[in-house]
Amino acid sequence: MTIASRTARQRWQHETLEPTLRKSPERAAVFTTISGRPIEGLYAADDLSPADAAGARVPAGAYPYLRGIHDTGYGGKLWTMRQFAGFGTPEQTNARYKALLSAGGTGLSVAFDLPTLMGRDADHPLAAGEVGKCGVSVMSLEDMERLFDGIPLGQVTTSMTINAPAAMIFAMYLVVAERQGVDWATLSGTIQNDILKEYIAQKEYIFPPRPSMRLVTDTFGFCAERAPRVNTISVSGYHIREAGATAAQELAFTLRDGIEYVQWGIEAGLAVDAFVPRMSFFFNAHSDFFEEIAKYRAARRLWATVMRERFGATSERSLKLRFHTQTAGVSLTAQQPYNNVVRTALQALSAVIGGTNSLHTNALDEALALPTAETATLALRTQQVLAHESGLTDIVDPFGGSYFVEALTRDLEHEARAYFDRIDRMGGMVAAIEDGFPQREIAESAYRFQRAVEAGEQSVVGVNVHTDGSERAPDTLYIDDQASASQVERITALKSRRDHARVTDTLERLRRAAATPENLMPIIVDAVRAYATLGEMCDALRAAWGEYEEKAVI
Amino acid sequence: MRKLRVVIAKPGLDGHDRGAKVIARALRDAGMEVIYTGLRQTPEQIVSAALQEDADVIGLSILSGAHNHIAPRLMALLREQKLDDVLVVIGGIIPDSDVPTLVALGVKGVFQPGTPMQNIIDFINQHARARV
Repeated sequence: MTIASRTARQRWQHETLEPTLRKSPERAAVFTTISGRPIEGLYAADDLSPADAAGARVPAGAYPYLRGIHDTGYGGKLWTMRQFAGFGTPEQTNARYKALLSAGGTGLSVAFDLPTLMGRDADHPLAAGEVGKCGVSVMSLEDMERLFDGIPLGQVTTSMTINAPAAMIFAMYLVVAERQGVDWATLSGTIQNDILKEYIAQKEYIFPPRPSMRLVTDTFGFCAERAPRVNTISVSGYHIREAGATAAQELAFTLRDGIEYVQWGIEAGLAVDAFVPRMSFFFNAHSDFFEEIAKYRAARRLWATVMRERFGATSERSLKLRFHTQTAGVSLTAQQPYNNVVRTALQALSAVIGGTNSLHTNALDEALALPTAETATLALRTQQVLAHESGLTDIVDPFGGSYFVEALTRDLEHEARAYFDRIDRMGGMVAAIEDGFPQREIAESAYRFQRAVEAGEQSVVGVNVHTDGSERAPDTLYIDDQASASQVERITALKSRRDHARVTDTLERLRRAAATPENLMPIIVDAVRAYATLGEMCDALRAAWGEYEEKAVI
Repeated sequence: MRKLRVVIAKPGLDGHDRGAKVIARALRDAGMEVIYTGLRQTPEQIVSAALQEDADVIGLSILSGAHNHIAPRLMALLREQKLDDVLVVIGGIIPDSDVPTLVALGVKGVFQPGTPMQNIIDFINQHARARV
């Protein structure tokens, strides 16, 4: 900034702004983003350093990809409209997938139920009351075959939200693809496989962090050789944000998790440019419009610079951060649920302006239940309206060069880098997690936000302002216990039918290999082919590695 | 009078603990003694925590739809242990249609999404009696 411009700014403040404020004060002494970041009322050229301004002049498609990873933005290809769905039995979910695809969805995204996420079969006592409730129940290859019955895996890309048992579920997917005649070398799709954010935020972990990281790097290594077009991980800020993090914390912890995976991959003997190109990311689209746009831009620039400077990555594909976005479930209200359609549309707008590569838009009834077929379709239509009617898809990074957005982008990056330094000093993300650091930071932000809502400092329409007529959504989806009963029956039948010796043998091999550095993926694929169940495979690893329990702190 | 002692528990397989942690802090800031059990507690573990901690209140956070399985078991165990006078409240994603069932089981308060923390604090202060 030049002295002349600073003087101009000071003169404006003194001669114009201050008299105005004396006459009519603003609504608040300080304005902040939804994350609590103070913002000025007006941004000008002197808010940007020469470096900031130069950064904004680098076009999209060029390092460090601040403005986008593709030079033509959505000109070549729209984002993938990928709606997260799953409930009940594999057959019920299969029907929902076919409906979403026929409504113009362009990819699938599997939501698994809690027993599946936790590596428990439907007949385990801990699964009681949970089977098929929050997602689809998948216990064996047989279920995976039913889930994708009539859906060509060579043509439709699928994303699977699975973490602690990602290797096993992915192995089932590979075997289904194989049986459909799809060559693994051409198979694409994504497994979330991001265990670090489970310890940080969503808490669906099974094993302790260190063996879990080995399972992740095993999938990196396996895919680099055998399934090179699969996105082996979706490093997720979504859940971190939902747990209460600010935008900067979401950015910082997600990218620092990404760095941790890269480090562990390298330590496992992989070359940076052999596996980093298949890493992808997943962010939240929360309600603060500009802060979210700045976050996506900051994420791209940070990742590219860190990959080049810290890890010496040279492949362009290692440097380009590709990401999925989901609108913020946590922003949805049970009160006046139709308002959620508007919230979701605005959040989706920020994701598209921010250059997301794929998108899930939430349905209006998701504060209350999983969506019905009607509300799920409306959520998809929201994306289609943005894509086809708004003109957004014709322009790349329309806010690039905006004084405000560039300053916000830079500030978010600075805050994220400060977190990187703190976590590096703790010995990395695994060590920081074991210490409870990110967990505490997020819980603190969550509590601060809730208190701001209750104090009326943060308005939520229908909840603490404009609360008349707080009607509920009609006819939410209710999942009964039928799915549970039929999944229990099914697994009993499967266990009596399969080749028992082969199952025992593969499980024993898995348990033994867990104590060696051998890549576990080929053994898991063998166990899946023998129809070993998810619970059995996880038990074999529980026997070898134990289970993780976090220190409960409030 | 001694402070109200509240066990906040998260039963079932779900790990989304934002709500449990926020309400635990809010109750603590409102002057109660709060014991947070951590994740994935069985009804047996929760009742045993309530017994050991001499709890006046048990607060369950359930978002996964498992409340219809957990609540009956928990209430039966409380009766067995002669802890019927412990105030039981549930917060989370509970469909309207399940509320009467929970109330009939003896759950005194069901707090659905969007409930202000202050309402929960007031409810507990009004309905819980410090055990002697």
